Amino acid sequence: MTQSTIKSEFTVIGTRPIRHDGIDKVTGRARYGADIALPGMLHGAVLRSPHAHARIRSIDMAKARRHPGVKAVVTGADFPEVKGVMAQVGELIVNTHYLSLNVMARGKVLYDGHAVAAVAATSRHVALEALELIEVDYEVLTPVMTAEEAMKPDAPVLLEELRTKLMAHRTDPGSAEGPDRPTNVPGHIRFERGDLAAGFRAAAHIVEREFVTAAVHQGYIEPQNALAIYGADGHVTIHCSTQGSFNVRTLTSSVLGIPEGSIRVVPAEIGGGFGGKTTVYLEPVATILSKLSGRPVKMVMSRADVLRATGPTSGTKMKVRMGAARDGTITAAEVWLAYEAGAFPGSPFAPGAMCTMAPYNVANLRIDSFDVVVNRPKVAAYRAPGSPASAFACETVIDELATLCGIDPLDFRILNGVREGMPQPAGPPYKRIGFIETCTAMRESAHYQARLEGPNRGRGVAAGFWFNGGLQSSATVNIHGDGSVSVVTGSVDIGGSRTTQAMIAAEVLGADINDVRPVVTDTDSIGHTDVTGGSRVALATGMAVYEAAHDALAQLKARAAKLWEKPIAEVRFAAGTFSAAGNGVPPMTLKQLATRLARTGGPIVGRATLNAGAVGAVGNAFAVACVDVEIDPETAKVRILRCSIAQDVGRALHPGYVEGQMQGALAQGIGWALSEEYFYDRNGLLRNAGLLDYRMPTCLDLPMIETVIVEVPNPHHPLGVRGVGEVGIVPPMAAVANAIYQAIGVRMTELPMSPPHLLKAIGQRGGVTLDSHAAAAD
Amino acid sequence: MVHKVIVETTINGDPVELLCEPRQSLLEVLRDELDLTGSKEGCLTGDCGACTVIVDGRAVCSCLMLGAEAAGKHITTVEGLANGATLHVLQQKFLEHASLQCGICTPGFLMSAKALLDHNPNPTEGEIRYALAGNLCRCTGYDKIVKAVVDAARHGVGASQHGKVPTESTAEVTRDILEREKR
Repeated sequence: MTQSTIKSEFTVIGTRPIRHDGIDKVTGRARYGADIALPGMLHGAVLRSPHAHARIRSIDMAKARRHPGVKAVVTGADFPEVKGVMAQVGELIVNTHYLSLNVMARGKVLYDGHAVAAVAATSRHVALEALELIEVDYEVLTPVMTAEEAMKPDAPVLLEELRTKLMAHRTDPGSAEGPDRPTNVPGHIRFERGDLAAGFRAAAHIVEREFVTAAVHQGYIEPQNALAIYGADGHVTIHCSTQGSFNVRTLTSSVLGIPEGSIRVVPAEIGGGFGGKTTVYLEPVATILSKLSGRPVKMVMSRADVLRATGPTSGTKMKVRMGAARDGTITAAEVWLAYEAGAFPGSPFAPGAMCTMAPYNVANLRIDSFDVVVNRPKVAAYRAPGSPASAFACETVIDELATLCGIDPLDFRILNGVREGMPQPAGPPYKRIGFIETCTAMRESAHYQARLEGPNRGRGVAAGFWFNGGLQSSATVNIHGDGSVSVVTGSVDIGGSRTTQAMIAAEVLGADINDVRPVVTDTDSIGHTDVTGGSRVALATGMAVYEAAHDALAQLKARAAKLWEKPIAEVRFAAGTFSAAGNGVPPMTLKQLATRLARTGGPIVGRATLNAGAVGAVGNAFAVACVDVEIDPETAKVRILRCSIAQDVGRALHPGYVEGQMQGALAQGIGWALSEEYFYDRNGLLRNAGLLDYRMPTCLDLPMIETVIVEVPNPHHPLGVRGVGEVGIVPPMAAVANAIYQAIGVRMTELPMSPPHLLKAIGQRGGVTLDSHAAAAD
Repeated sequence: MVHKVIVETTINGDPVELLCEPRQSLLEVLRDELDLTGSKEGCLTGDCGACTVIVDGRAVCSCLMLGAEAAGKHITTVEGLANGATLHVLQQKFLEHASLQCGICTPGFLMSAKALLDHNPNPTEGEIRYALAGNLCRCTGYDKIVKAVVDAARHGVGASQHGKVPTESTAEVTRDILEREKR
């Protein structure tokens, strides 16, 4: 179902063409990173720390080096020291010093799975044999595993040099806060407005709760991989699955001290990323191994490596206090958030703070958010980083306030919801946004209108916000002699974006979608393009393609004018046809005009480069999820009976892929809500580093996922696009929690809401029998 | 030095003789020795299903089977699913329903779905979800995958022969073969 506030004036946009890379992907021909092989190629493997926190006394590589078939070995000693520079790399803010230490440990290991050494050998098996021969002497230290532990004044310190800095905004380097002594809390951000005490005095109902969420992994099915070829001239080519080939180039350059211009990154097809493939792990290691061995080196992570040493996103500890007047107006909200960053600073604590309460206009507000280092893998971006956890906390409390006020939860959200001109938590006012429209669309949906009956069943809703978009993109649009068009970008296609880019060019040029070929190319063949992430490809790269297509169109008009000996201004273009008024000039189609290019000045290449602004400057998106659950009275297992998601996408370029993004985001959110969780033992070792025990939803765990596409066009985008990839993951956790409350009257404040946690909560609540309905239980 | 073994097997209808180490999985052999990289490695523990192939009519995680065990077996990989330039109806329906986003799990889903439809041409949604529960997809939430399989079943998938399932365009040929066999 698509609900648009405007009538469509498009012919290609809004249709559902089959993706251009589709046949390669259903026949097994598409080449993903691990599928690439080169003559003479070696296989690399990484030795990882078996301890959560330890000092490395010594590493003895002698036996591994002598193992037949081993061609190169590396340890941290082979990496240059990198100074700590805060580099804005796409949507990430990266401390290059810590990035380098994460790629290969030096001095200390800071988590189970931290890379310690690596080898390259003639086969993967030989490389794995060689890892067994590496001798590392560790002095084991006490691990600190949770934000709560790490924030205690007497907690063991991970990184002696860290001091707490107070930031005023997301990219602020911050200023010292508190005494000059080592801490595990490198970052604190605060947003404040109004008079909190007065707001709480005005409240008729006040709800105060604490929340804990487990760390969860992005869970892409394709493990990280990299194939590096170091040439004798010092030039490096890296093939890998990445969301940002230019990121890989910049980050590998900074870790290895190789000039960016000496590195070419060729993005392979990518098997999922969800933010987890926006940084580097293997690329610098494979490059050094290739340099040492003089041969191409391929490295592919095992699934255990992926879970132990990449991603995940932060586990959190959160506290929320919120008050509402009798009429349902939220009078005050106080939010305290602590995000586990893993071993190095850089959790999404700032976006978490900027997104929680972002859907609501609250006069009296204070949000504090903290970045906390713990002995876990350094977190990576994961779909709307920071927002899902903080939304879980606030959306649960909002549901409780709505219940206390006796107001429908969607009406409560509409009553307090943000509109154009109202301030975001961080201060700046919203531009044209569609939160109210999204809530309304969900309220009117078939799902929300349907009755839900039966014991142990309940329905919950929740909302979410994400910034979307921005940053740099480049595009070229080539008009070929047969009238076909190729669209070249640097945006890795992770979910059908090639085809949406082709659709934009086809729309502008009046071409058939099958006459447009979209190409994703390497870092030497296109201008800088930031990550496929931040819901920015359709938005920012789409804008570049739109402008490049218009550039090509302007050149085509000039050619027609030349042919017809008319002023350019008299050449008109409509419905794929060039024409000029008067003296019987026959109109020409794009294909007809294309055959004349050679004689009128040569090929036509349309080009555009742009910076679409800071993340969140354009595009802001909202989503609302609705979930029906049933709880098994014996096991406390939660079954999803029905679920739907409404989202303001601005404009759905290809509704099939838009639905797919919304459905996938909701499914990931349900996994986060119900079953996904990192289990560390008391020694800080990950005990579920496999996909049997790290339990992501299967198709048996989910019903069909209903989508309500809301289109409130983004006035800052030529086609109204807002971006669609991320915000759908924000509301599901609270929606499930709120549904559980409706089903059995138990408020869940801990994720995942797996049977053990749910049984524990039921026990604490006491006296609730699972076959009594919430209304009766209350 | 590990000594290699000679394995005679049938892959996508073709007789294949190959050399592999006894410790190599079927997945490794397909990908590294035969360059059939359509079968993907997601976990190597049989949990994600990205490496699913059909061995003598059964969907199998090729990461859990040794290459040496392929001797004498009939193996179908995703590369053998289409009939020449004609896509299998499942492949076609996956494209029409936008059932893939990143596409890394797609080969495994196609092979599990083919194994299902070969045995049960008219599955219910529940049977489809049960048959595909060993395949993880992180992109789609499964909605469009299940819909594609429902649609493919509706379009009639007959019995398999040497790994080639008749598509709509080849259904007539198959019917002729069956008629001839009856006579």
